[in-house]
Amino acid sequence: MDSYADFMARAYAMELEANERYAQFADQLDTHNNREVAQMFRKLSQVEALHAKRILEEMRWPSMPVLPPAYAWETTEGPETAPFDQLHYLMQPFHALEIALKCELQAQKYFEDIAAGKAPPAVRKAATEMADEEREHVRLIRDWMKRVPQPKPGWDEDPDPPSVTE
Amino acid sequence: MNAPTTVAALVAKDFKSDYKPVWCPGCGDYSVLSAITKALAMLNLRPENVAVVSGIGCSSRIPAYTTCYGFHGVHGRALPVATGLKAARPDLTVLVASGDGDGYSIGGNHFLHACRRNVDLTYIVMDNHVYGMTKGQPSPTTEPDWSSKLAPGGTGLREFHPLVIALASGANFVARAFSGDPNGCASMIAEAVKHPGFSFIEVLSPCVTFRPEQRAWKDAVHAAPVAATDDPARAARRIMTDDGFNIGVLYKGSRPAYKPGSGRTADESAQAVAALEAGFRLQEE
Amino acid sequence: MDAKPSVSVALAGSGGAGVMTAGNMLLEAAAHAGYYGLMTRTSGPQIRGGEAAAMLRLSTFPGDGQDDRFHVLAAIDWQNVARFAAELPLGPESVILGDPAQGQPPEVFTRSGARYVPVPLKAVAGEIAGAWPNMVALGVLAGLIGLPAASLDAAARKAMKKGLEAGIAAAQRGYALAKDLPAFPLAPPPAKAKRWLITGNEAAGYGALRGGVRFVAAYPITPATELLEYLSPALAKVGGTLVQAEDELASINMALGASFGGVPSLTATSGPGLSLMVESLGLGVAAEIPVVVVDVMRTGPSTGIATKSEQADLGTALYGLHGDAPHVVIAPNSLEDCLAATEWAVGLAESLQVPAIVLSDQYLGQARAVVDVPARGNGIVERLRVPGGEANKPAGEAAKTAGELYQRYTLTPSGVSPMAVPGIAGAAYTADGLEHNERGTPSSQSSDHLAQMDKRARKLAQLDPGEAWASVEGDGDTALVTFGSCTGPAREALERARAAGAKVRLVSLRLLAPAQPQRLAHALEGVQRVLVLEQNHSGQFLRYLRAEYDLPGEVKSLRRPGPLPFRPAEIHAALTQWRAA
Repeated sequence: MDSYADFMARAYAMELEANERYAQFADQLDTHNNREVAQMFRKLSQVEALHAKRILEEMRWPSMPVLPPAYAWETTEGPETAPFDQLHYLMQPFHALEIALKCELQAQKYFEDIAAGKAPPAVRKAATEMADEEREHVRLIRDWMKRVPQPKPGWDEDPDPPSVTE
Repeated sequence: MNAPTTVAALVAKDFKSDYKPVWCPGCGDYSVLSAITKALAMLNLRPENVAVVSGIGCSSRIPAYTTCYGFHGVHGRALPVATGLKAARPDLTVLVASGDGDGYSIGGNHFLHACRRNVDLTYIVMDNHVYGMTKGQPSPTTEPDWSSKLAPGGTGLREFHPLVIALASGANFVARAFSGDPNGCASMIAEAVKHPGFSFIEVLSPCVTFRPEQRAWKDAVHAAPVAATDDPARAARRIMTDDGFNIGVLYKGSRPAYKPGSGRTADESAQAVAALEAGFRLQEE
Repeated sequence: MDAKPSVSVALAGSGGAGVMTAGNMLLEAAAHAGYYGLMTRTSGPQIRGGEAAAMLRLSTFPGDGQDDRFHVLAAIDWQNVARFAAELPLGPESVILGDPAQGQPPEVFTRSGARYVPVPLKAVAGEIAGAWPNMVALGVLAGLIGLPAASLDAAARKAMKKGLEAGIAAAQRGYALAKDLPAFPLAPPPAKAKRWLITGNEAAGYGALRGGVRFVAAYPITPATELLEYLSPALAKVGGTLVQAEDELASINMALGASFGGVPSLTATSGPGLSLMVESLGLGVAAEIPVVVVDVMRTGPSTGIATKSEQADLGTALYGLHGDAPHVVIAPNSLEDCLAATEWAVGLAESLQVPAIVLSDQYLGQARAVVDVPARGNGIVERLRVPGGEANKPAGEAAKTAGELYQRYTLTPSGVSPMAVPGIAGAAYTADGLEHNERGTPSSQSSDHLAQMDKRARKLAQLDPGEAWASVEGDGDTALVTFGSCTGPAREALERARAAGAKVRLVSLRLLAPAQPQRLAHALEGVQRVLVLEQNHSGQFLRYLRAEYDLPGEVKSLRRPGPLPFRPAEIHAALTQWRAA
């Protein structure tokens, strides 16, 4: 991590990628008539958008910084980006939150590692703050998970066979 | 503080159309779409100069999900369409998208000849070892013991090895990718497009609906242990003996791309057409 | 023997006898002398060394079919030549020239009453070092029909590379021999004029170029291969491209891809290839992509007789696409019409954004003839395009500022919607075989399907082909309705009928799809007898006429499958007998 600006750009990229991914998930589940979970992902997407916006404001960047399209994260994608294969068309709200939880935990670890590493002090300070924030997100999601029903066995059963479209 | 900048360019989102894909949630093709859009942005291309050609199948739905020009043709015939398009319009970047059924079964013959012809195309096959769109029949890459309605107990047939075939047929760039790594995929696609001649990327792209066990692929894949070679014999040995989950660019050859045709302006062309009459004219006394 | 306006001669032989070479030289000699000529050929199944016959008709008028009989059958040898007997009809006034060293002519030829006259071709050739019997035969034939010696000389010099002097000497010897043989002199040639020497396949290829084709996908198939082989170097000269495909499925799709890219495209094939292509032709219809396929019809079904003609792909061309897939079908009705018909097909494909099939056949495609310089056609007809020039606008902005996405398949009164071509910003769309809405998005809505079906049908229904839809000639209450290569012998039959005082009409359809019922009704006004002429077994053309048109009065079918062409006499006889009945 070379500089504070570099670090913030990465943090921004992380939030933006998470925002876009959750939005895509919302679209997929809307298309597949799973409204409830679609709405959850839509909300999660908006939250990430807010985080991203905050970074923009803090850095006083006039617009989205132009980022290299494919950052070389240590994980295959950004720490806060849920992989595409996590979805199921019949998934329950609890599953969505499980996915979000995993992402927040990964993000938390990402910042903690930077905070504990060899980056310049300004960066480490910012990383610590961000790690704290992610920890708070983790807590919020865990709370949210308590408020949604646990998926019952057979949640993924569909009496109808798949249909052919072409 | 100044924002980090590079040359103003399009981003991946600019290559994604507003159509919401109808692939099952969890499908690997979402990653491939993401990877393609990222790659096109990385290459600084413009959507109007890119054509995405496909056949029939889940993966072949991809053209309309981009903002590029698209051609959704008939089953198995994407490669000839792309060949004709590139031969007539060498200025375009032409991507071809297909699946294991469309590309290796009905499209098998065209696959051989596209590799052999080495036209400058990038061929992305989303392989999920099944005919997904028609509800789960074995494809040429399906394991011999995978049971289905059409072949209870399995086909008993040895799988098709597309990378070996591609190499033997003359493809200039042979790679294997995994949809679970969209960024890695994107880099590979960008590299493939840049590489002249016929570039072939087989993307392992799980089908959550008909092959849910393929979720385990993410634990089976691993980066190829050595860098791409330009020696076809070495590449052949490696590919023939790999476990099918070796991810990376495996072969980068140096055959020149096939470039048929010679350009002329429209006026020159019209005059040239008239001049051809000389071939028919009888001499007058 | 009186001078004739038309003399037909055939030269036969086998195994390296050089029959085709000599036949071509005779045609060139006649052309040099100012005559019209037509040469067709027939051969055994061997690739080399097989028996072969060159059939020529030399005349003072442009003719498009063979005459009823051959005046002269000259044979260098008789090995297996008997197999051509049905294609080499002779009569009592005919003469058979043969080399006595090769034995007697087969009875199948002499039973016609033709006179056998021995000519020692091999012995004569033997007297000149390096000379071949076929050149002696060439000289004999040239002398028999009275071509100027200078023309014979010119033709030999043009064609021969090796052994020129020996060949010329042999030809001159043969020419001298002809004085002592029964003569079939041609009447004096017509007035000098600019003429071409061309095959039907070449004419179709050149017509495609005139129409603007600059991309061709090629897969070889008899009898279409020469069309593609003509186009390969020709395209290179005009800045176009030819790619050899791995099969017909590839060639039609390559052509569609190139056309999607904005370049007028074509491929050529025969019946078996057309069958393979029909799925993708449907794609061209559904996605509204211009493309031209020339089907040089051969005897079917299946592999059939690859080297022989038939008119039996009509069903496939018209009805072979699954679903309702309106498209254009055009049939050239003479060798030289292959040029105009193909040029027209390209223009229609481009302007209507639809596949067009050109139904040529082996007879037209592989025959070589002296023709008057073909008239100019419409030249290049541009497709209706979305204008370019938005190249510098960011992606999609052009469309978005216009408030809507580009509607590739917008419903217009004519049915033709402007086509964007890759490279134009703000107008990207995905061409699709799936049914779609106006934007081109796949749709299963009945309203979209109906609207697009109506659009695609309307495109064609609104076509006004003008006089080009058919050749309509003559007058009277008896009409001969036909298409394609039957037209030549039909014309000649009708001339004979008129010469005998009959009033007869010819209607030779060139535009088969979309059908033109009103025009045919007008052309057949007052007709009480319709003779439908076609070269196939089941009467495909008759059924097509009955399906699409009202035929007045009595209708009779004169039909026969390939491989033998109709001859004027049999058509004339059918007409005469009918009118007398």
